[in-house]
Amino acid sequence: MAVETGDAAFVVFDQVQKSYDGETLVVKDLNLAIGKGEFLTMLGPSGSGKTTCLMMLAGFETATHGEILLDGRPINNIPPHRRGIGMVFQSYALFPHMTVGENLSFPLEVRGLERTLRETKVKRALEMVQMGAFAGRRPAQLSGGQQQRIALARALVFEPDLVLMDEPLGALDKQLREHMQYEIKHLHENLGITVVYVTHDQSEALTMSDRVAVFNDGVIQQLASPQDLYERPENSFVAQFIGENNKLPAKILSRVGNDVTVELPDGSTGRANAVSCGGVGSATLLSIRPERIVVDPMDDTNATDATVRELIYLGDHIRCRLSVHGSEDFIVKVPNSSRKHLLTVGQRTRVGWAAEDARALGTQ
Amino acid sequence: MKKILIMTTALTGMSFAASAQEVTVLGWGGAYANSHVQAYFTPFTEETGIKIVSVDADNPATPIKAMVEANNVTIDVASVENADAIRLCDEGLLEELDASILTPAPDGTAAADDFLPGTINDCLVATDVFSTVYAYDETTFPDSPPTTIADFFDLEAFPGKRGMRKSAKVNLEMALMADGVAPGDVYDMLETDEGVDRAFAKLDTIKDSIVWWEAGAQPPQLLADGEVALTTAYNGRIFNAAQTEGKPFKMVFDGQVYEFEGWVVPKGAPNLEDAKKFIAFSTGTEPLARAAEYIPYGPPRKSSAALVGNVHGTDIPMVPNLPTAEANLANALSSSNEFWADQDTELNERFNAWLAG
Amino acid sequence: MAEISSSAAGPAPGRLTTADGIPLKTALAAAEARARRRALLLVLPLLLFILVTFVAPIGQMLHRSVYNPSFPQNMPATVAWIRDAPVGTAPDEAAFEALAADLRAADENKTAGVVGTRVNYEYPGSRSMFTKAARAADKITPPFRAAFEDLDSDWTDPELWQAMRATASAYTANFYLAALDRTRDVAGHVVQVEEDRQVYVKLFVRTLALSLLITVLTFFLAYPIAHLLATLPLRHSNLLMIFVLLPFWTSLLVRTTAWIVLLQSQGVVNNTLVASGLVADEARIQMIYNQTGTVVAMTHILLPFMVLPLYSVMRPINPSYVRAARSLGATSWTAFRRIYFPQTIPGIGAGALLVFILAVGYYITPALVGGSDGQLISNLIAFHMTKSLNWSMAAALAAILLAGVLVLYWLYDRLIGIDNLKLG
Repeated sequence: MAVETGDAAFVVFDQVQKSYDGETLVVKDLNLAIGKGEFLTMLGPSGSGKTTCLMMLAGFETATHGEILLDGRPINNIPPHRRGIGMVFQSYALFPHMTVGENLSFPLEVRGLERTLRETKVKRALEMVQMGAFAGRRPAQLSGGQQQRIALARALVFEPDLVLMDEPLGALDKQLREHMQYEIKHLHENLGITVVYVTHDQSEALTMSDRVAVFNDGVIQQLASPQDLYERPENSFVAQFIGENNKLPAKILSRVGNDVTVELPDGSTGRANAVSCGGVGSATLLSIRPERIVVDPMDDTNATDATVRELIYLGDHIRCRLSVHGSEDFIVKVPNSSRKHLLTVGQRTRVGWAAEDARALGTQ
Repeated sequence: MKKILIMTTALTGMSFAASAQEVTVLGWGGAYANSHVQAYFTPFTEETGIKIVSVDADNPATPIKAMVEANNVTIDVASVENADAIRLCDEGLLEELDASILTPAPDGTAAADDFLPGTINDCLVATDVFSTVYAYDETTFPDSPPTTIADFFDLEAFPGKRGMRKSAKVNLEMALMADGVAPGDVYDMLETDEGVDRAFAKLDTIKDSIVWWEAGAQPPQLLADGEVALTTAYNGRIFNAAQTEGKPFKMVFDGQVYEFEGWVVPKGAPNLEDAKKFIAFSTGTEPLARAAEYIPYGPPRKSSAALVGNVHGTDIPMVPNLPTAEANLANALSSSNEFWADQDTELNERFNAWLAG
Repeated sequence: MAEISSSAAGPAPGRLTTADGIPLKTALAAAEARARRRALLLVLPLLLFILVTFVAPIGQMLHRSVYNPSFPQNMPATVAWIRDAPVGTAPDEAAFEALAADLRAADENKTAGVVGTRVNYEYPGSRSMFTKAARAADKITPPFRAAFEDLDSDWTDPELWQAMRATASAYTANFYLAALDRTRDVAGHVVQVEEDRQVYVKLFVRTLALSLLITVLTFFLAYPIAHLLATLPLRHSNLLMIFVLLPFWTSLLVRTTAWIVLLQSQGVVNNTLVASGLVADEARIQMIYNQTGTVVAMTHILLPFMVLPLYSVMRPINPSYVRAARSLGATSWTAFRRIYFPQTIPGIGAGALLVFILAVGYYITPALVGGSDGQLISNLIAFHMTKSLNWSMAAALAAILLAGVLVLYWLYDRLIGIDNLKLG
């Protein structure tokens, strides 16, 4: 993958490799450019190399090969404390023997700021995260969400241009996590800082990011905006990792541009959108999002028989598990509208989809 | 096992030494008790037909107090150190012994004159004398070895570290003797402040070279390691290292300070008469000489000295190793338990202060 | 609702009660009493064990340091005379008559040795005076004063009578005075003992100084080791931990003897130095049988007591604290000083307190390798326990030591806070 070097490239990974044991590469030939003011998320399962990349950027790990540039300067030999990068840790790493105010004051002290200036900045940073009244508390006296805000404020108080966040919301409950996602997003927008964010939670990545880099096995699988990532996954890993996804094996009968005609296991044919499939005659996997499937469709072109196996009532929609072409976990989300189809378990029905929603991917 | 037996009988009030023809002797066990069996018990039974029952204790002085106070004495004779004997005697726990029961020397000298001065007192008749001497490694001083107590304090002629026991006792006496005080005047002098000052002044001359020891096993080890050139030590320990381990250690008896141990009879001993018979027999000239062939503790009788033969089972004469050998007694001091009972607190305080200073 | 209505009928308005009208506090106490009784039954064996084996002996020891009844128990007549005569009164004929009566009784009961030993602590040389006088008690006839003077001229020494006065009361602070190098003169004033007998204060000070030095040394040695232990992967740190604990599993005597073998003038270290030409054969360094020996051997022996508490506070310190500090702009030294070090203070406090208290009470090691100037106060306590048999003196010294340790503990609480102590 080529480096997308724009004029605004602020952070650049250039052919970066990392190995801990000299035998296996944790990061394989990473090329990545991050624009100034961008919110970029590194998303991937654990062990995919995303955290290692973040640590190399922060200066806690050294790249085995390649160069990392920050604002045009190579930083491989600059120690962490001189990089001027703010960082939020998964464990928050708030210093337990200091008060909240002292925690925030620490980066300003080591920079030699005078006291009154420090106090002003600490106050402003605390107000920014709505924690103005907590300066005298110890971290242990705060809830998880409050600690999270303090960690954020501490990473921002010395006004760094780049802030790294290592799964900062991992320890929070679902509701608080969603709330904090918006707050971080808004802070990013208001302050105009560059954020590199690491998470394994895809909905977090989709909610907050300008662009998402999906990591697997030390390689970026796809680097794209959330929408593109969801709508146009480039391979089956991305398709599977981002959102829910039904897979149907098929064979390509003909191809015109990105338009392919495929044959499903039961012999019926349908049309699909070619993404990374092979040529005519090769096998492919059709990837179809559950919410894009229609039960009992009007049009019969992309439709097939199905048997209802299970129904789960989820309030805003009903989740149906169907049996389609031998696949027992074909999921369809049926909106809970007033004119809903009243499906029952064991019922035979038909399901269909639009040709552009069926993405023909290569089989791996 | 026997110790347990004593304790149980003491508690239950049973007396197992009921027979008139039996004497129960409480001893220390080990090689020392063996010398008793060979030299005293067997010949005594052969001559009188009275059986000896031998029992052991870690320190025979300890059970005596319990037995007498419980009014249940099951032993007739015990072997205790003089210092313990004086204490037990003061507390009225021992029968008083009259020197007239003891057998005279072969030449007719009365026992009271034949025994070394102080070795018979109100409650104790000595059986043997052990001593603190100083020793050196022959190979360290091959040409002109040290011979007098003054040599021990002479760092110029005999360079090297000195080993000494960490206690005022013996050291003060040796210091005065090394300073030219006759053994007979040592304790009189130590009663005075000037005498004590003089002893400490003498010790001061070698203070920086002293390696202090506390357990009796240490000095032979210090000598063997070459850590000290000369060291004070118990004569039995040096004898053992030289005889059984073949170390080239030599003892200097000049200025030695000897103490003794011996027989006492607990108050209320069941076979008092036979016990006295046994004491009279075993402290005879001949048996005391025999015992010294088994262990290098000297007989307290002058008349025994000449009769001591070779170290048992060898052809090495025992006499030179004994504190009581004529030659070794030329300049020797009998440790005064009375002096130390009185001055222990003050002199040890002074000694500790001197040590710490 | 039931609570509200019954509370209206309850004994005091506003006090909560249960449904049947019992005050809530009473009901709660009753409900918990059973559980508390059962809990008490569970700890009872330990409580008894501690009482019997720990509290009682220590209490007895402390009591012994101020209580010695040997004289008043056996010399009632003399004690009565002393009670009636004001301090400084010269002994008159009546005093000697009382003394003679007491000594006659002492001779019969054979208690003269006990009395003499007690007075001897205060007036050296008097033990034999008492035992001799008791033996001759029958021959002591009026005039008593002259009879006693015939036996020993010291019987009329005012200092002896001051000593008897001091021992006449079973309860006495004299052992504490002696333990602080003080004594009472004839007039009963507290004065310092002669200079050549002052030893205890000097040794208390030396004990504190050496223990402090040993604590500091163990700290500097243990801190890096503990840090290494806490940061290494478990596999390696376990092995290292075994090395740290190895001294724990070896007998104290063996370890001390090993230091003797290593450090003595014909020992491994000196031999190596001489062989390598760094030190001349006749200038071998004296590293043992002096203070150096005590400090080296005790530092080694007490090292695990510093390593373990440090390790236990360092292990849970998340490495992200230091990383956070570094990312916030701190140099590695600043990150250590401001972030890592303060979090290890509870372990430092615990380790220092442990090592210090253990060092203050050590006596085997200084006895074996301390020579003359490496002796600690505990060696004198051991001396009085096992050799001079003056247990009251040993108890007084031990009590002063205990008080000193408690003062330090209190200081620690004031300065650092005892809740900041983490032993593991």
